[in-house]
Amino acid sequence: MFEISELNKRNRKTQKLFQILFMMMTLLLITPVLIILGTLIYKGGSIISVDFLFTHPTDGMTAGGIFPALFGTVWIVAVALLASVPIGVAAAIYLSEYAPDNWLTRIINLAIINLAGVPSIVHALFGVGAFVIFFKFGTSILAASLTLAIMTLPVVIVASRESLQAVPKAFREACWNMGATRWQTIRRVVLPNAVSGILTGVILEVSRTTGETAPIMFTGAAFFLPFLPQSVFDQTMALSLHLFVVSTQVPGVPEELPYGVALVLIAMVLLMNSISIAFRMYLRGKKKW
Amino acid sequence: MQQGGNKMSHDAFDRRTTDWYIDKLMQSLVFIGGISAIIFIIGIFVFITMEGMDFVISRLDPVEFFTSEYWFPSDEDDPEFGILALIAGTASVTGLAMLVAIPFALGAAIYVGEFATGKTREYLKVLVELLAAIPSVVWGFIGLSIMNPLIIDVFDVPVGLNILNAGIILGLMAAPIMASIAEDALKAVPDGYREAAEAMGATRWQVIFKVVLPAAKNGLLGAVLLGVGRGFGETMAVLMATGHSVNMPDSIFDSVRALTATIAAELGETAVGSDHYGVLFTIGIFLFLITFLINLTADLIVRGVRKG
Repeated sequence: MFEISELNKRNRKTQKLFQILFMMMTLLLITPVLIILGTLIYKGGSIISVDFLFTHPTDGMTAGGIFPALFGTVWIVAVALLASVPIGVAAAIYLSEYAPDNWLTRIINLAIINLAGVPSIVHALFGVGAFVIFFKFGTSILAASLTLAIMTLPVVIVASRESLQAVPKAFREACWNMGATRWQTIRRVVLPNAVSGILTGVILEVSRTTGETAPIMFTGAAFFLPFLPQSVFDQTMALSLHLFVVSTQVPGVPEELPYGVALVLIAMVLLMNSISIAFRMYLRGKKKW
Repeated sequence: MQQGGNKMSHDAFDRRTTDWYIDKLMQSLVFIGGISAIIFIIGIFVFITMEGMDFVISRLDPVEFFTSEYWFPSDEDDPEFGILALIAGTASVTGLAMLVAIPFALGAAIYVGEFATGKTREYLKVLVELLAAIPSVVWGFIGLSIMNPLIIDVFDVPVGLNILNAGIILGLMAAPIMASIAEDALKAVPDGYREAAEAMGATRWQVIFKVVLPAAKNGLLGAVLLGVGRGFGETMAVLMATGHSVNMPDSIFDSVRALTATIAAELGETAVGSDHYGVLFTIGIFLFLITFLINLTADLIVRGVRKG
């Protein structure tokens, strides 16, 4: 009575087959990247040194280090964060705490999706038209950072909104019942409980901003500069653009140099993403409600 | 309520304290933050239109623009502004990328979402997320320095920077994003559906094929569309891996040039206000409208599911 029927056997076989097929697909998706990472480390690892990170490029960028590019990337990312985090968190607070379910909220959500979906080169054109020409910032760190800030705004908004919405409704209700205003509730109860989640979003944004190239090409990043930028109105070199330049624009670059630049860039980005992921998992484990 | 009632009790009921004003002020501030996304998206459209308008009004011949394959925008005597070859370049690369990405992304989403359990699942999700984080300029460099010699070797062709190279690179870039959106779509299917099917004696794969996939159909379609949008708008990777030569492609071993890459490569060498400058912004307007349409459609499809 409890024997396995022929049909049952066949079904089980098919199931096994499909499970293996899908597993292979997943692995096939992941392996090329592991191979690529291995190649980058193998070919670029030898050039990485403290000197490489902290000296200027020399001999028409065919030798020397990448310090001005690293320095510029840090500047651009910092200014972009200053602009986008307050706006992004405000937007998330509005969407999570105030927004009624109406047409305006739907349009805001659609705008956020589109802001993330517009090609990066179109963001670059916008940066040129708006910040470089119209607001007369010229090609500068400020123009490049603002362009990137607008482009990566959805990352902050989405992550912040999620962590605000994860705060239980009862926390808010308890606070309102004590006579607190809506803002007092947000400031003293909701935000403190959501701030670490917001932080993971900010780290993700840092990673995105670090890697972007197209939006800063014409708004503030230069191929080569002999000096470090002195203020936000100066141009700067940037790591992502530097990789493009040394791998396509400069003749006679030794093979390991672009590999080294790519390795530094990808290491920064993956490190930041890993921190964000690890932090998120740690928070999930610690959650009290 | 009496006219001119007791002034004391009137004050006692007046809630307009400092806190009340701060509350109102913050409400307005976060509202401005909330609508900022709308302001920015309109701003993008307005500013790129402002820069491209002169060209659109005075020089643009829509028929030539979309049907001519001759792109000589900086020719002094007789410039040609045809983007057909650029559209063909973008379309062929994106098309191949989707052929590469869709099966792998959906397969990975099904495995991670439906088969994998516990730690394996967590690790796979993290790997997919890290994959999606690799910057496009790094992908472009990989196309240039790893894929290029590989394609020359394997297929015995003179140049390895072509549709095949860029298509594979772009496919690898788009797949993780599609996979994670597709996995969300699978997760959105209520567990009750799965349990009901399992209670009827269905095996795991029967549940997936007959119940979960049909139920998640729209979400999956949305994931694919967003992937198409990503591929379409990708700039640095296609600039570096396609070979960047204006060409109506005959085979996947032909070098092509994409719309996005054209702007990236040429904007730096044009004078502000020139025709060449204007036509690049016009391409920008075209790209903006297409991606807007793709995102809007994807949103409508996915939202249709949630209502149903």
